[in-house]
Amino acid sequence: MDLLTPDIGLIFWQFVVFMAVVIVLAVFVWRPISDALRAREGKIEDALQAAETAKEEMEQIKSDNEYLLQEARAERDEILKEAISTANQIKEEAKGETSKITEKMISDARQSIESEKKAAIAEVKDLVSTLSIDIAEKLIREKLGDEKSQKTLVNKFLKDVKVN
Amino acid sequence: MSTVFIMKYSSVCVNKILKIGILFLFLGVFLIQPSLAAEGSEGEKFNPAEMINHHIRDSHIWEITHGVEVHLPVIVYSKEKGLEMFSSSNFFDDEHNSVSYNGYVMDHDHITLESGESVLDFSITKNVLFLFINSGIMLLIFLSVARGYRKNEGRAPRGIQSFFEPIIIFVRDEIVKPNIGPKYEKYLPYMLTLFFFIWFGNLLGLFPAAANLTGNIAVTMVLAVLTFIITNFSGNKNYWKHNLMAPGVPLALKPILIPVEIIGMFTKPFSLMIRLFVAITAGHIVILSLLAMAFIFQSYIVGFGAAIVVTVINFIEILVASIQAYVFTMFSSLYIGMAVAEDHH
Repeated sequence: MDLLTPDIGLIFWQFVVFMAVVIVLAVFVWRPISDALRAREGKIEDALQAAETAKEEMEQIKSDNEYLLQEARAERDEILKEAISTANQIKEEAKGETSKITEKMISDARQSIESEKKAAIAEVKDLVSTLSIDIAEKLIREKLGDEKSQKTLVNKFLKDVKVN
Repeated sequence: MSTVFIMKYSSVCVNKILKIGILFLFLGVFLIQPSLAAEGSEGEKFNPAEMINHHIRDSHIWEITHGVEVHLPVIVYSKEKGLEMFSSSNFFDDEHNSVSYNGYVMDHDHITLESGESVLDFSITKNVLFLFINSGIMLLIFLSVARGYRKNEGRAPRGIQSFFEPIIIFVRDEIVKPNIGPKYEKYLPYMLTLFFFIWFGNLLGLFPAAANLTGNIAVTMVLAVLTFIITNFSGNKNYWKHNLMAPGVPLALKPILIPVEIIGMFTKPFSLMIRLFVAITAGHIVILSLLAMAFIFQSYIVGFGAAIVVTVINFIEILVASIQAYVFTMFSSLYIGMAVAEDHH
């Protein structure tokens, strides 16, 4: 059993035992471990990728939200502006209409006043003429005796009528 | 930052401990010098070379400590007597003297027939026993690791599994994959077994009473030859063309270069065999030599100093155990990688 000369017995045992260990470990240990490690590495890779995509999606959603928000804001501003302008318009219109109605009412009033006035005048004239006729009748009936006073009275009446 | 500090601090510590140990060694040697001369003639003389040889060599007897021995089974084959198996204790009588048994004699652990003819010795020697122990530990550990993968499928590794997983991944990603290349998967089982066999064997050899398994040239030879066989059987067209025809070399140089390449095919595994054998055996010799000093000088002070230095060396040996496992696996991968590489020219 020299230091530098390999013994046949140990060579034999080393070869047999080592090969047996290699085969047993290869079948029952290294292959399952390799597969498990590969599977796990794949899983981790997938998980990382999924996280990355989720992050991207999140970003996308966030930017979408931002965009939507901005759009909504712009729309709100637009609507508000429109509402204000509509209100103003309505106000203006109402104002115009009111003045028109007022004017119309005034003119109507004027017209009616005018026609009332005319009617009144006509009535007055009518009344006057009736009165005149009545007076004349009375005069004719009562004061036919005095011609002179008749004359003055007629004149006086006529004067009055002319004034009208 | 803090790790750098700790490393620096610990290296300073180790330095100091080593210095103290060496100091005690020398102190003991100088103090003892006169008394040693006086005691020189007394009793049987301690022979450090014999002690060291006894420790690093294979044997049919496993001596756990002085006086506690296990006589291992002897299995021999010879043409005359066929295959025979018996205990190695048969070679000793009650007074511990060597005797012949059944026509066999054992001289310095070398068994021959009484006629002097040699026999084939397949005995379960100390190294074979430790080969079994080493393989048993490997099977025990790695079957349990593999069980962990079945039990914790899809979950984080636990227990022993989480200790070995980074090492397995290290061997795969740092040793095998970069050296062999894309076809590494086929060689991974062999490489992982090789790495852990050498690593465990190296560490096991550091235990007291353990055999110098991976420091035995027969063991390293088998491993190197296996790498050699795998290398040449997986060698592709480019490998053989490169080795046998030396393409791109001027015609005049070919007669020189082709033999060099062919010799190179054999020196590669040879270097693997020698490197592991020398690194581990040398480590054992250093430790044993330092311990032997205590017995040479027969001094407690020297023994104390030697123990301190040996402790430091033992830590270095743990490092060497890992490095040698790494180096053997790395070079095996490299050689196979060279044999399976596609042509780049």
